[in-house]
Amino acid sequence: MTIQDRRSALKCLAYGGAGTLFTLAGGIVTPLELASAATRGHVGTPLFAQISDSHIGFNKDANPDVAGTLKQSIELVNALPRPPALVLHTGDITHLTKPEEFDTAAQLLSGLKVAELHTTPGEHDVTDGGAAYFARFGKASDNRGYYSFDSHGVHFVALVNVMNFKPGGLGALGDDQLAWLAKDLKGRSASQPVVVFAHMPLWTIYEPWGWGTGDADQAFALLKRFGSVTVLNGHIHQIVQKVEGNVTFHTARATAYPQPTAGNGPGPGPLKVDPAVLPKMLGITSIAYRPHPAAPTLTDTPLA
Amino acid sequence: MIPRTMTHVLFAAVLAAAPLPALAADAQVAMKNFDFAPMAITVSPGTTVTWTNRDGEPHTVVSADGLFRSAALDQNDSFKFTFDKPGTYKYVCSIHPKMVGTVTVK
Repeated sequence: MTIQDRRSALKCLAYGGAGTLFTLAGGIVTPLELASAATRGHVGTPLFAQISDSHIGFNKDANPDVAGTLKQSIELVNALPRPPALVLHTGDITHLTKPEEFDTAAQLLSGLKVAELHTTPGEHDVTDGGAAYFARFGKASDNRGYYSFDSHGVHFVALVNVMNFKPGGLGALGDDQLAWLAKDLKGRSASQPVVVFAHMPLWTIYEPWGWGTGDADQAFALLKRFGSVTVLNGHIHQIVQKVEGNVTFHTARATAYPQPTAGNGPGPGPLKVDPAVLPKMLGITSIAYRPHPAAPTLTDTPLA
Repeated sequence: MIPRTMTHVLFAAVLAAAPLPALAADAQVAMKNFDFAPMAITVSPGTTVTWTNRDGEPHTVVSADGLFRSAALDQNDSFKFTFDKPGTYKYVCSIHPKMVGTVTVK
């Protein structure tokens, strides 16, 4: 063992014995980083938080104050026992793609104590073809909408499935994005936890309402070999989840308004509920990691 | 006074004509319950079609071949497009792509 190996091993042990699966092979995430992802100091502490569907600009009965409920959601994130490393917004930031809606949203989001925010657009954000969204959030992806980054040993992949619709169809990723994803994942260690986030569900929840992504199976063929994949979506304004092998699928509540459950209404529109019930149907999600094997723990917190 | 048989004939003709796509100089399409209504219309060249959103959820009107794209239409907002050339023009709501419609110009 080299001196460097020994030093790193000792450092690893100092984090509470996470060093048993230690490896030094180039480019492979070490258990040191996984321990960091898993604990951030304490087991179960959220590594990151997800908010979704803030629909700034919406002003109908289902919630006359979406700015207020976004603010409350941000306060919930800020009140987490330890600040998460980053926040994801899984889209429909605005309701009508209007510049003033983006401005208001950005102003409210700046109230997050966590400085690092990563977004993916919803279909409400790109009704102009993407100009307003990319003007504000395009940098991370060179205006393509999809991008990836690493944080605390976790590989985050932002996908866009709202800009390539086929009429009559579900969400779509498109060939260019799938080719990029293949390249992005190539050579990565299967033991590195992957988080994939996109606005529309990446699995078919309810086809008649377009709740699904037509070509997502091609993405999952690429992700199949990874030991831990967490798929975080929004769009449907309610929690639906499933676990399939190593993949955890989860949709988040909105911060704006709820929608009916699949098929229970004329379509996927705003659902008016009793004002006392509304805060129970809105909220945030926080995600922590168990270290070995790396697996996510998702906690959904309603506004009330 | 129209003879009764003639009234019946006229009435039958109106009923028979009802299911045909609407022919109009200025045409109206509503967005209602996540549908374009009527889903298919036929107009003559130079007709302006007005789409009006009657749902509480926004919709858009986006041409399948890039000819027109509305902004996000809130409830009671509308979008107009004048069709000059004959042809079949398919369009979709880009927020709810299950919503599709056609304008035939001839």
